[in-house]
Amino acid sequence: MKEIRVTPIKNGTVIDHIPSGRALKVLRILGITGEVSSTVTVAMHVPSKVMEWKDIVKVEDRELRPKEVDKIALIAPKASVNVIRNYNVAEKHVVQAPDRVVGILRCANPNCITNQREPVETEFLTREKQPLVLACKYCEREIEDVAAAIV
Amino acid sequence: MGGFLGRDILSIADFSRADIEHILKVADDMVVDPHKASERSLAGRILATVFFEPSTRTRLSFESAMKRLGGDVVSFGGLEGSSVAKGETLSDTVRMVEAYADAIVLRHPQEGAARLAAEFSSKPVINGGDGAGQHPTQTLLDLYTIWDELDTIDGRTVAFVGDLKYGRTVHSLALALCNFDVDLYCVAPPTLQLPGYILSQIKERGRDVKTANTLEELVKDVDVLYVTRIQKERFPDAAEYAKVAGSYRIDLDMLREAKKHMIIMHPLPRLGEIAPEVDRTPHAKYFQQAQNGVRVRMALLSLIFGVIP
Repeated sequence: MKEIRVTPIKNGTVIDHIPSGRALKVLRILGITGEVSSTVTVAMHVPSKVMEWKDIVKVEDRELRPKEVDKIALIAPKASVNVIRNYNVAEKHVVQAPDRVVGILRCANPNCITNQREPVETEFLTREKQPLVLACKYCEREIEDVAAAIV
Repeated sequence: MGGFLGRDILSIADFSRADIEHILKVADDMVVDPHKASERSLAGRILATVFFEPSTRTRLSFESAMKRLGGDVVSFGGLEGSSVAKGETLSDTVRMVEAYADAIVLRHPQEGAARLAAEFSSKPVINGGDGAGQHPTQTLLDLYTIWDELDTIDGRTVAFVGDLKYGRTVHSLALALCNFDVDLYCVAPPTLQLPGYILSQIKERGRDVKTANTLEELVKDVDVLYVTRIQKERFPDAAEYAKVAGSYRIDLDMLREAKKHMIIMHPLPRLGEIAPEVDRTPHAKYFQQAQNGVRVRMALLSLIFGVIP
């Protein structure tokens, strides 16, 4: 009998083709920290024809907004985001790097003013989209490892 | 060109070539000599100098510039006993200071402090140096010095010498020079080269930086030698420091083949990078450079207060 690791969902969002090991960061970007009222399924290190190994996140009863989708591009530039309605793919999004990123990321420069007790959200401006290069609006330093900078 | 009235002066990256050229021209028209000053255009205005770090030149030249224009200065110095020592955030300090002044000059040890301050202040904020980050008014006075001494910035060859890794004046000036048609060279020990994030920004602006191993091989070709201090604390041992510092020292012997009009600049204070006998040569422009700080800051204050369009 074929083992089904990840079952289809009725309504919600499926984020596929996440680089292996980054599913938990995707959850963090979506603000899913544990207190959920619908089923969230996370599959890590799944065999993939395209990527060899990938992660998948399924969030039931929630349709991602375009802004949330673009945030996922920070760490999963090839992710596909499918909105599911009544078991069918109703919408398909291709992630796109945003022009700026507010919050979500911490500046890697320990001497940046945003790492002090100041009442501001971090803000990063996109200098290049391919490959993604983000620079802190405040200290102007580029982030070398975007995934590691996610709060 | 952007308007200057009420504008924050935060990073040289915020300025276009047209902005820079306008500031340099306004600076050139400033009358620094008190006997010739005909108007006190900033009378009644108050500038707050808020310095969270010690500074000699920047603070004095801002205060001098404001006073030459007839304005007043309130200062926020020694942090002991101040609200900052009691743990006040920068954003709170700025909201307090803006009630007492019409513009704020801020020096702060953390990068990005001036941009943050500008977001909390309804009055213009001028960055007087934020950590290892930006020091735009220093860059403008450096550009003014090159322009004033050599008549043009385009077509010049500029070599940066010394500590290019930590020297923020070098970072800002290198980026600002990308607005002009210049050749940039770097001469520095391997451990003190320009950081990657500055190099990538220079490339983004369509320019390139060449490196030279020794100053001797380059000195005859350059129009501007921008020398910086190599700080002892950057080296693990004193012997290594002495060796490196000695190989980047400018003396009369080294200048024998220099172009007649070549200028030597230094943001000061200097240690041993430039031999004192060089001061007497026509190449030495570092003290003039420091003097130009008043003129350039007068221009900026006149522009942001709107007394000059």
